[in-house]
Amino acid sequence: MAAQMTAPARTAPDGGAVGRLAGPRIKATKVAANLVLLAIALLFVLPMAWVLVASFDAEATLSFGLPDAVTTANFSAIMTPELTWLPLWNAFVLSAGSGAITVVVAVLAAYPLSRYRMRFGKYFLYSVLFGTCLPITAIMVPVYALFVQLNLLDSLPGTIFFMAATSLPMAIWMTKNFMDSVPISLEEAAWTEGASAMQALRRVVLPLMRPGIAVVFIFVFVQAWGNFFVPFVLLLSPEKQPAAVSIFAFFGQYGSVAYGQLAAYSLLYAAPVLGLYVLVTRISGSAFALAGAVKG
Amino acid sequence: MLGPVVWSFYGSFTNAALTGPAALNPEWIGFDNYVALIGDPDFPKSLWLTVVFVFLSAVVGQNVMGIALAGLLRSAVKPVRSITSTVVVAAWVLPEIVAAFAAYAFFHSEGTLNTMLAGVGITGPDWLYSTPMLAVILANIWRGTAFSMMVYSAALAEVPPELTEAAQLDGANGMQRLAWVTLPVIRRSISTNLMLTTLQTLSVFTLIYVMTGGGPGTDSSTLPILAYQEAFKFAQVGYGTAIATVMIIVGAVFSVIYIRALRPEVD
Repeated sequence: MAAQMTAPARTAPDGGAVGRLAGPRIKATKVAANLVLLAIALLFVLPMAWVLVASFDAEATLSFGLPDAVTTANFSAIMTPELTWLPLWNAFVLSAGSGAITVVVAVLAAYPLSRYRMRFGKYFLYSVLFGTCLPITAIMVPVYALFVQLNLLDSLPGTIFFMAATSLPMAIWMTKNFMDSVPISLEEAAWTEGASAMQALRRVVLPLMRPGIAVVFIFVFVQAWGNFFVPFVLLLSPEKQPAAVSIFAFFGQYGSVAYGQLAAYSLLYAAPVLGLYVLVTRISGSAFALAGAVKG
Repeated sequence: MLGPVVWSFYGSFTNAALTGPAALNPEWIGFDNYVALIGDPDFPKSLWLTVVFVFLSAVVGQNVMGIALAGLLRSAVKPVRSITSTVVVAAWVLPEIVAAFAAYAFFHSEGTLNTMLAGVGITGPDWLYSTPMLAVILANIWRGTAFSMMVYSAALAEVPPELTEAAQLDGANGMQRLAWVTLPVIRRSISTNLMLTTLQTLSVFTLIYVMTGGGPGTDSSTLPILAYQEAFKFAQVGYGTAIATVMIIVGAVFSVIYIRALRPEVD
């Protein structure tokens, strides 16, 4: 698919130097590039457009199609406490909880890593980097066994701690990068005035890296909000499960008939993540901030 | 006082990961799982499916698509650029379960794809049953390309324009400039991105689980799906753990290669 689509645009500027002088040639290339991009955008948007359209369609099918009758019945049908609000609240508790824990621990871990040249600092960073790389899916089965032994299965706090632990390596890595950009001379001034390391961290460093902390928190929050596999394995009772899991259960029970409601539910559940992503791009001034942070 | 807390959090993670090797603990698991694993016809098949899935969707699909998009975006007019990048990134930002539903509906036998094919007079197959691997590979390309696109956009922006211009004056055509100038300059980004997308794709579970459930039969059961099914559906937690251990080893090998490639940036 990819090769076919890009072929015309890449081969178009043939005969480089000639093409450079000949205006129309360049124009044709540009038009081709734009058309190819629009075609790709159309292909990418179709699956998502189905979710949007089907959620307002009274008789939604699996195929994208303009509805005969626009309705909000799908939304009102699913907006019941046990079906939507409780799972969404659970998802919020999970995400905010693990986000808060992760940020606190990541700041405390990143501060010495960023400020002192420690003998084990380098190895610690390597192990952190190593931790970000391990496939979380692979460790879920062993973790399940561990949770059974520790009697933590179906426990919301246990799941929060586990999710915080899995997002820590990436969060430490990102926080350290943000912290490195805060000049150390400001803290030195604070130390001269008699502030302890913790006071300097709280009063000087943290206020200066507020946007960075917001980005890390949102990053963890969004990841936890979208995480399906971890709560799916670790939380068993429906009243504790977050939206990602209950939406899947809903799909299993009614999905084959009520596509409109499934789409409406998906939309409600996805909306906060999309909003937070826009917020992050505002905070860090670039749509590519998360990728940049990931790149390290 | 807070130091131990930090370490116990971090320790809980390493501990969890180390539970994999602890599967060798003979008390309740033993070596039998590995013997069974080697004898099980599902395992080599699943390993092969994982390799196909990772290679086609991450190494080829997302990277080629990502670099092509990044290149095209540079020569596009502004509205087209913002529309395309927004749409591509949206597929990536969407929660994975929603993305999985959207892909399921798209590839379903009565889904959007077949409706479009019917529009031009082709009767599409039931993608999720007759070609489950193709469907999940395309879905994963759809979902993951944004990341590669962003990495390559950043990389391409740092390629000095003098270099490509010089090559152009020497008479190199578009393909030659790409192969001999641009790609060598951004090779670091390429290797980093290859590693990251490989590792992400290795652990894709939700997308495949929702779309095909690993089926029909085990025709799209990659290692994460197989480990899950063995452990929870068939209640063989030990056996599932053995599969997970194999995955962790594969992931660890990739991580070490990746960290070695990044080393100068860490020091």
